[in-house]
Amino acid sequence: MDQPTTIEKSRTAEEFLKGIWKENPVFVAVLGMCPVLAVTNTAINSLAMGLATTFVLFFSSLLVSSLRNVIPKQVRITTFIIIIATFVTVVDFMLAAIVPQVHKELGAFIALIVVNCLILGRQEAFASKNSIRLALADALGMSLGFTFALLCIGVVREVLGSGSLFNVSLFGAGFEPWVIMIMPPGGFFTLGFLLLFFNWLQKRRREKSKGDRQATQYEEAREFL
Amino acid sequence: MEEKNIQPVMAQELETSSFRLISTLGLAGFFSGLVLVGAFLFTRPIIAANRAQALQEAIFKVLPGCASFRTIELREGRLVMVEEGAPEPREGEEVRRIYAGYNDKGKLIGFAITGEEPGYQDLIVAIFGYNPRKEVVVGFEVLESKETPGLGDKIMKDPAFLSNFRALAVEPPVKVVPKGEKKKDNEIEAITGATISSKAVGRLLEKSLIEWRPLIGEYWKEYKKEGD
Repeated sequence: MDQPTTIEKSRTAEEFLKGIWKENPVFVAVLGMCPVLAVTNTAINSLAMGLATTFVLFFSSLLVSSLRNVIPKQVRITTFIIIIATFVTVVDFMLAAIVPQVHKELGAFIALIVVNCLILGRQEAFASKNSIRLALADALGMSLGFTFALLCIGVVREVLGSGSLFNVSLFGAGFEPWVIMIMPPGGFFTLGFLLLFFNWLQKRRREKSKGDRQATQYEEAREFL
Repeated sequence: MEEKNIQPVMAQELETSSFRLISTLGLAGFFSGLVLVGAFLFTRPIIAANRAQALQEAIFKVLPGCASFRTIELREGRLVMVEEGAPEPREGEEVRRIYAGYNDKGKLIGFAITGEEPGYQDLIVAIFGYNPRKEVVVGFEVLESKETPGLGDKIMKDPAFLSNFRALAVEPPVKVVPKGEKKKDNEIEAITGATISSKAVGRLLEKSLIEWRPLIGEYWKEYKKEGD
């Protein structure tokens, strides 16, 4: 492969960064809500789910992008699903072998990574249309963004709901945990507040850029006069 | 690389032959199968070892003083020791098993029995240790449960509740009583706020004991005879 030019490099960085913040799959695109709500009751579970999804998304994008000119258009979705399902099954076996306890707690939700629309969505929208380099940047950015979001929720829920973080007790015996936070309603509460926060951030940014634009327009108008 | 994507889509669709479509999917399936079989073969022994270790830890926990154990199987109405190195039962094969625990001098000290019972949310799967000489339950450990965090899941870790099973008499049958009302050796003190889960544990013990106690009784008698 040729050496990437500066433009290519900056594009790669852009594709990588967008998934982490500007187009975060959870906080902005609100994708993959099933694992986001179901397995974020502890930080460890969140991290494990995030890494499992990262593995699947990374290798699926790698394969889909390298085969993008070989796979006929008519059977592309079927082929993507075969590729994704293969990596999900592999990660399922691997987790059972390496961290049986976590595998037990995540249960069926590992197999359900197959139907996480984040993964098929990235194949269809990005990896199947872009070079391997960009596809990998996109996959890594998106999955790190997903892991980051899961961790945000998991940390809040574990700290409030169990009084611990990564199983390390934080507040001593005097703390009465808010049990509801590790139960399903806690998932909805936490996600709701985080979405609120991200929307507020975005709104503020929009207003700020609008304000800047108006200011420049005003200056231009004055100069013109 | 980018240019290829600009090809007119219609032309590409017309050109693709049925053979190409089928062979693409066929090849995808074939390679997927190869990868999966490889991953399965590679992880299977590790997963089996993990399972065996988890079971062993649970057995040692519910049978204080246990140093080794043997698997015992129910065959034609009586308990038979499973030969060392016998193949694991195939999936779907109905086998009823308990575990005989021995102390460091090789003497049989008790049995670890697994049982399951619907709790508040889902099945509670648990293992408990039974001492046939004293006819008491000597340990209890939940293997799987989805009981409510903070309430029902106390059956797994509440020390007061677990202390019920240090020497729980099984004759007359075990009974669950409200907290603070335990008077007899066969009574289990329930957890306040988790009565349903506590009662499920009581039923689990009772049912398993009804099933296994007579069988263990016979096995124990034979063992004693051999020992004399």
